[in-house]
Amino acid sequence: MTNSGVNRTGVAPGVTHTEQCGDDVDFAKLKGDFPLLSRTVHGHRVVYLDSASSSQRPQCVLDAMDRFYETTYANVHRGVYTLAEGADRLYDEARIAVGRFIGAPDPEHEVIFTKNATEALNLVAGTWARTNLVRGDVVLLTDMEHHSNIVPWLMLAEERGIELRWIGIDEEYRLDLADLDRLLDGVKLVACTTMSNVLGTITPFAQIAEAAHRAGAVVVADGAQSVPHLRTDVSRLGCDFLAFSAHKMLGPTGIGVLWGRRALLEEMPVFMGGGGMIRDVRHDGFTPNVLPWKFEAGTPPIAEAVGFAAAVSYLEGVGLDAIHAHEVGLTAYAQAIFEERFGDDLRVFGPPGTAERGGVLSLAFRDVHPHDLAQVLDQAGVCVRAGHHCAKPLMRRLGVSATARASLYLYNDESDVDVLADAIAEAGTLFS
Amino acid sequence: MTGLEDLYREIILDHYRSPRNRGELPAPPAQRVEGFNPLCGDEVVLYVQVQDGAVADIRFAGQGCSISQSSASLMSAAVKGKTVPEARNLIRTFKAMMSVHEARLGDGVDGAGSTNGSGNEDAHDSATDLDSLGELAALQGVVKFPVRIKCATLSWNTLAQGLDEAEETSTEATNT
Repeated sequence: MTNSGVNRTGVAPGVTHTEQCGDDVDFAKLKGDFPLLSRTVHGHRVVYLDSASSSQRPQCVLDAMDRFYETTYANVHRGVYTLAEGADRLYDEARIAVGRFIGAPDPEHEVIFTKNATEALNLVAGTWARTNLVRGDVVLLTDMEHHSNIVPWLMLAEERGIELRWIGIDEEYRLDLADLDRLLDGVKLVACTTMSNVLGTITPFAQIAEAAHRAGAVVVADGAQSVPHLRTDVSRLGCDFLAFSAHKMLGPTGIGVLWGRRALLEEMPVFMGGGGMIRDVRHDGFTPNVLPWKFEAGTPPIAEAVGFAAAVSYLEGVGLDAIHAHEVGLTAYAQAIFEERFGDDLRVFGPPGTAERGGVLSLAFRDVHPHDLAQVLDQAGVCVRAGHHCAKPLMRRLGVSATARASLYLYNDESDVDVLADAIAEAGTLFS
Repeated sequence: MTGLEDLYREIILDHYRSPRNRGELPAPPAQRVEGFNPLCGDEVVLYVQVQDGAVADIRFAGQGCSISQSSASLMSAAVKGKTVPEARNLIRTFKAMMSVHEARLGDGVDGAGSTNGSGNEDAHDSATDLDSLGELAALQGVVKFPVRIKCATLSWNTLAQGLDEAEETSTEATNT
């Protein structure tokens, strides 16, 4: 497997202009686009800091879905009546819009709509890997993976007797690549996150993919955390498959994407059976449909695809580079406030600085249990997640059972960080 | 409005900061039993020594949030020296207090509750029982925070399991 080199510029026509338009974005006004952020909890405005788990949606995404249900809704799959044609067209357009968003060279065939990133990863494990891996073959993962990118491989290990290997992490919460070539020896597949959902670490994915391809392995990217925040180009990443979810990037729940190289997708067996994914069905067998429908059994999430396209359009309107710059600024602000107000009492699990990390801040505050911390924060309207964040092997490696995680997105601002810091101080008083 | 003071009563914070009966007991003769809350990683290891039909001694270890740890501490203080049937009664009463349904009736959150005569009687009964709980009643505020109920009941479920196992062990010993 080599980098195809297709579309090296990586960004489809009509999308590049977003780079410039981000400069003019007034992030202070963005919050007003998100209706939920205007509600109050316990008498305080909501400070939503759980976007790494799931983001909120702007009005335009909600409107796009409502409008679709109100004016155009019908099932897809080639109905001949006008409504069905409209639904088909919007569903196809959504596929192309989402594909362009990640620089897919051939979005019409390579973008598979799934339920979410989890299903996308299970699809690769259940089809490509199940067909191509035999007992003794090696799959290389990392200590930073979300359970979604661990359990499908553990299931395959149980079923097939494949071996799992793990890339560790260093003192500064980055992947330790010192032994990469040795770890890659004999590896058939590498599955790696592009950004840790616990540490915020942006992994050197392209470097890993290049080494993996030299070793003859197929490379899977879990992009659930990075695609919503960083400009993504599958050619530059160098992955063969990319999985991500709409609900973490301003879109609805219930829809995600598996992007794959066409040649690989073509040769893969089908995943789920049902309507839509077949060309012919007989008493004694079936013929699968062509890409991308081959992997989309049953009525797909149609309105969700329409909402997903609206979300992608909104993100492009703001500009991914502007979003990243905004989040870098906020992360630096949070780091400075934390240091100034809490010093060593507040530990952030993740790379120092902002160069190699996104806006995911996993916190340990004195000996206050993360659940207690999150409970106190909730009283101030602050939404953070406390727990193992579906990354138990990583939590074991960090030596903690849970952290309280604050994660930033385009609609957050410095006042949100201030409210968070005030609420942490309150927890300090309560549990002193 | 539900405030933090409903959850983090002074007694709870006191038991969290200075837990009673924290530690281990040699097992056997004590029964060692583990409880685990997979959702948040709370963990309790309970050592129960049943002698002559009573909880002669009890210790707990493990880690978790203030609610799970203080509940374990309060529980250990409450059942130490009690007969096994008394301890089982206490478990039942405590778990009834942790029932979301009853809390709603008591709170008047569930508007339909007022038309439900038997529901009111239940609420009355549990209110009477609360008197028998002593310090443990401090944990009743937890029920207004449904996500945290599992934290509060973890050590109690573990105790129930420990008493069951202790009984099995003693039955086996008698039979052989």
